[in-house]
Amino acid sequence: MAKVVMRIWRGDSEGGEFQDFPTEVSEGEVVLDVVHRIQAEAAPDLACRWNCKAGKCGSCSAEINGLPHLMCMTRMDTLPTEEPVVIAPMKTFPIIRDLVTDVSFNYEMARRLPPFAPKAPGPDGTYRMQQIDVERGQEFRKCIECFMCQDICHVIRDHEENKEHYAGPRLFIRYMELESHPLDTNDRRELLRQEMGLGYCNITKCCTEVCPEHIKITDNAIIPLKERVVDASYDPIAWLGRKILRRTKKSPEEAANYRRDPQVAGSAK
Amino acid sequence: MSTQEGIRPAPVPLVLGGARGGPKVRTLRKDSWKRSPLITQGYLLLFVIYATWAAFQNSNYYVGASSHRDLISPFYSPCIGASCVAGSRGSFYLHWWTYSPALVILIIPLGFRVTCYYYRKAYYRSFWHSPQACGVTDGHKKYTGETRFPLIIQNIHRYFFVLGVLLNIMLTIDAVMAFRMPGEGIGFSVGTLVLCLNAILLWLYSISCHACRHLCGGHVNEFSKHPVRHGLWKIVTPLNAKHMQLAWVSLTFVALTDLYVRLVASGVITDPKIF
Repeated sequence: MAKVVMRIWRGDSEGGEFQDFPTEVSEGEVVLDVVHRIQAEAAPDLACRWNCKAGKCGSCSAEINGLPHLMCMTRMDTLPTEEPVVIAPMKTFPIIRDLVTDVSFNYEMARRLPPFAPKAPGPDGTYRMQQIDVERGQEFRKCIECFMCQDICHVIRDHEENKEHYAGPRLFIRYMELESHPLDTNDRRELLRQEMGLGYCNITKCCTEVCPEHIKITDNAIIPLKERVVDASYDPIAWLGRKILRRTKKSPEEAANYRRDPQVAGSAK
Repeated sequence: MSTQEGIRPAPVPLVLGGARGGPKVRTLRKDSWKRSPLITQGYLLLFVIYATWAAFQNSNYYVGASSHRDLISPFYSPCIGASCVAGSRGSFYLHWWTYSPALVILIIPLGFRVTCYYYRKAYYRSFWHSPQACGVTDGHKKYTGETRFPLIIQNIHRYFFVLGVLLNIMLTIDAVMAFRMPGEGIGFSVGTLVLCLNAILLWLYSISCHACRHLCGGHVNEFSKHPVRHGLWKIVTPLNAKHMQLAWVSLTFVALTDLYVRLVASGVITDPKIF
């Protein structure tokens, strides 16, 4: 049993401070095990959100030594124990208490996302997709919504004022999944450019670095979306092509209002 | 109102902002997060200093028939200035441009690399501190990213990609011409090898570019109906995963290629013939 000091943030919206908890660590334990031991032995009122303990529910996100991690997937033997292990709540979101934050910002941004709007079904009344088209979006469906990518993104982490007009990496992978869906008819590119703040991302890839599911958020979602926005708004040759082929794109209002159409809402997944 | 609706709790108001937890410090990181941006900064500065010096030299960039070679520095190719030395210039050139020809041609690779998605990450982190490292507070009070001038210009990357491809074709022709040994027939020297490797690395860097990936097939929604584009996309995608490594290797090698040609042209070393 190794001895370690866990330095955990205690407090709420009124303020707080770090509190040290000397404890012992057994072989194979993860940070969440140690936090639970502290709850059991030293601080029963320590607030900490958790659920599956298997890295699949995305509940136990916290900042360990300054970087977001899932507490249930961070082994204690990977951390330097000669000095205190620092555990703080996710910085980007409002605090509720101790290590628990209010992540409803992400649900609000999800609410603003125009949903899947499928084209008309085939003659037999069903939809069919080829396997290679199904595979493309699978990576994005691995997201467990731990919101660590949102937490580490400096656009909102360091600039609270950007929260009103920035969807964030977690939502960008959802946008990319829908934008590249072969059955979807919605065009969200103008919405992404004007209201969802895709241009705020300066692709420093922190979201990709912290993703516990190893989703290539920047390379496979944000940059492809940026290129699609260039197609729609910044590329004069693409603009000329649209004019000649008479292809129009939806305005942000049209894209955002699309879900309010009862017929579309009924068919959306 | 149904029974279910009757017992449903009132919706909780959504919170975008609010009081945050944790200490108000720049970072809680304990690892050596400053090292990586410092190395990037130093390496890029070193390259910029060397490339600027080499571009203003306007000499020792071509090894010609007098040395039985046909080697030209990638910084000066295609040589399209009025001051190009004999043998280095084609029939087309800008007769009004009397300064170093490198100052014209380097605009293309400079624009391609400055707007490159990888280099953007590198210099935003190391020079602009936006942010310097993940989990470290960025160095600006206000942040608008690439939504406004001048950074909105980054969106022209795909045009620089096309120009970069044209430049790669010219550098490939240079590499093929380097097999020509005037007065000795066809041969293969260290200079030939250097120019060939340089062209290959620049092609790999260009093909692995995110704009190339998008133009090949990234813009397609239904791969099953576009097998050729899907095939191209599948070739480019694994290369794209190595874009960072290819960016550094090709950047280093293009400077080393210029240095090699410069040393041979100035007579410091001779270009050994392999066969």
